[in-house]
Amino acid sequence: MVMFWVALLAVSILLYVLLDGFDLGVGMLFGLTRREERRRAMLSAVAPIWDGNETWLVVTAVILWGAFPIVYATLFSAFYLPLLVMLAGLILRGVAFEFRYKTERARWIWDWSFAGGSFAATFIQGMTVGALVEGLPIENGHYAGGDFGWFSPFAALCGIGLCVGYALLGACWLVNKCEAEVRDTAWRQIRYLSIGLLVFLIVVFIYALAENLQVMGRWIDRPYLFIFPAVGALAAVELAVSIRRRRDGWPFYMVALIFMSAFGTLAISFWPYMIPYVITIDEAAAPHSSLAFMFWGEGLFVFPLMLVYTVISYSVFRGKVGTTTGHY
Amino acid sequence: MDLTALLLSRLQFAFTVSFHIIFPSFTIGLAAWLTVLEALHLGTGRPAYRVVFEFWLKIFGVAFGLGVVSGIVMAFEFGTNWSELSRMSGGIQGVLLSYETFTAFFLEASFFGILLFGRPRVAPWFYLFSTAMVALGTTLSAFWIMANNTWLQVPVGYVIENGTFVPDDWSKIVFSPVLWVRFPHMLIASYLTGAFCVAATGAWYLLRREFAAEGQIMLRMGLYLAAVLIPIQLVVGHFNGEYVVHHQPAKMAAIEARWHDEKPASEVLLAWPDVAQRRNLFAITLPAPFGSLIDSDSLDAAEVGLDSIPQSDWPPVLIPFFAFRIMVGCGILMLLLAWVGSYLSVKGRLDENRPLLWLTFLSFPLPFVAILTGWFTAEVGRQPWTIYGLLRTADAMTPFLTVRAATISLVVFCVVYSFIFAFGVFYIYRLLRAGPVGRLVQPPTAAIPNRPMSVVDEPVAPDPHHAPAGE
Repeated sequence: MVMFWVALLAVSILLYVLLDGFDLGVGMLFGLTRREERRRAMLSAVAPIWDGNETWLVVTAVILWGAFPIVYATLFSAFYLPLLVMLAGLILRGVAFEFRYKTERARWIWDWSFAGGSFAATFIQGMTVGALVEGLPIENGHYAGGDFGWFSPFAALCGIGLCVGYALLGACWLVNKCEAEVRDTAWRQIRYLSIGLLVFLIVVFIYALAENLQVMGRWIDRPYLFIFPAVGALAAVELAVSIRRRRDGWPFYMVALIFMSAFGTLAISFWPYMIPYVITIDEAAAPHSSLAFMFWGEGLFVFPLMLVYTVISYSVFRGKVGTTTGHY
Repeated sequence: MDLTALLLSRLQFAFTVSFHIIFPSFTIGLAAWLTVLEALHLGTGRPAYRVVFEFWLKIFGVAFGLGVVSGIVMAFEFGTNWSELSRMSGGIQGVLLSYETFTAFFLEASFFGILLFGRPRVAPWFYLFSTAMVALGTTLSAFWIMANNTWLQVPVGYVIENGTFVPDDWSKIVFSPVLWVRFPHMLIASYLTGAFCVAATGAWYLLRREFAAEGQIMLRMGLYLAAVLIPIQLVVGHFNGEYVVHHQPAKMAAIEARWHDEKPASEVLLAWPDVAQRRNLFAITLPAPFGSLIDSDSLDAAEVGLDSIPQSDWPPVLIPFFAFRIMVGCGILMLLLAWVGSYLSVKGRLDENRPLLWLTFLSFPLPFVAILTGWFTAEVGRQPWTIYGLLRTADAMTPFLTVRAATISLVVFCVVYSFIFAFGVFYIYRLLRAGPVGRLVQPPTAAIPNRPMSVVDEPVAPDPHHAPAGE
């Protein structure tokens, strides 16, 4: 039962990163262009599905709360101010989808909040992961780092890294969904962003080698775990090939594969801890009666339905979006 | 009063949750109504239904977006500000809210996208299905939220182990009789909110002598629905009072400003409760046994007064007392309006009765005020407890939360919410003012008439924008 919910939590986080990752990335790239028709095309590529994508974040939060209450309580209260910034970012970018089409004079406000909110939310997500990898100061089960104890240069580096990563996902999505200028620009961006992401991953890897032997020890003990980074490397090669040959459909799946391998690498580095080196999965798990009630209803029956809705919504909006796609 | 992290956190929760509830209470009713409209259009082929649908869908889009983004905050706020509560009750509260996310949010989010953008891409029956799924999602969401809140109000089906709440009987939690009077109360309140907003908009157009066909549909459907629902709501509301009497005597005593035990009890209609002296000033009181009759359906029941409860377990008295009276007052006003309006409408005299149209137009804040004050009654009346009788609000808070962090977050939420609220309400106002104009999105088949706008009074120019206010 515990393992089921760990698995579902992992799937939800991964889906969140991949799906909201690309629409947050499109949000950041949106800030780099000025032309209205390009902006419309970029928005049309994500507008029907962003809400569903973001819902995976809520899924992650409530699985944590229901199945691993201590983790929910400890992490969310520790990341008090960062989560505030993330939520403010998600709010501002979320309302921008509707609000920007309701005005022409004030449109710049919502365009800024769309790009800025996407950036803020992404940076915070990367930063919190970085802070977790480094280890949060926790004493007697409570976070003890003060208002800014989560901040470190490494955490900030991870924040920037995730921005590059999400922007890359976003560019791949645009290549997949758009045509003409938007696609051509996105192709150029993919080049720079994928090099940026590669540099980031190497720096993080060196940092982990130099600083955090606890993580590296696990890798040296079980060399077969290197399958994850290896898959990532293969995906990177294939990405390079697809960039060279300009195959619209490919880059998104290759970058998704890179994200998956990075996620797997991270998850195995943490295992069996949920909050690294403080709380293990078994310590964090909710009572069996809670996990069982969740399993027999939402886990077994509703979760597959959620995947079905997601597939329906993506298949209704499959294919390239035209630049003139109507806004209802 | 000192600005402690506790007070700041309470203010923040009250502010963010009050802001949030405005939008779901509007969209729950609206989603159901959109489903009815779409079904009527498919069933009758009458184009006016389609026009009204498209029009309210735009408003639904803005309100739904505000509800979504302010709702995400709630999923995090329990953890950030109320970590002790989250840790202790996660096995119950977290589970209930995970059911909400799983059963409701994905229905809403996926099919909402189809509602807004999918008309040209899906078959008409699937579009109707999508509308119904959004409505179902909003309703399920309301159910789980009420389940969660009801467990905090009247905790059942749990044992306490190692300082945490462990569920031992889920059927007691999910089929709690208290939940099954509170959920209908909230659901009907949402339908009434939708009904009055729609009726008020219809009245506005009739007053302006524009969009007559659409305005009449809105006004009639809104008033008729309200005329049927409000009496039911009053009865359901009465049942809600009964659970308070049985499970939360301190809240009931505060609502009634009843200071001393009485048998049989009188009923204070209006007063200024003087908490320091434990008495009511300027009281207008119905004599006994009206209090017993209203609270316990009995001519001689004893009713508890605040005197027999330790003051440390009292809720604040003024807020529940006045909030409850405002809620009931709004309900009675809505009842009068809905009945008189429906009567005149049946007699065919409503459209010319400008005073009543004005009153209907001005009535749209009533359901919102009623919902907010109803929640103030329930939530402030629950104090000083977060989990009633088990966990005090002061002990539920994140223990290491600093005044600085709590101040920053409260200010940020106030600024961001005021900003998006001001613009959101303004955009909704502009959409409403512009009225049901613009071209319709065509479905993939030729299932609708070629000139669907022909019923509109004004000739419709082939407007490249859907509404004057923007796209």
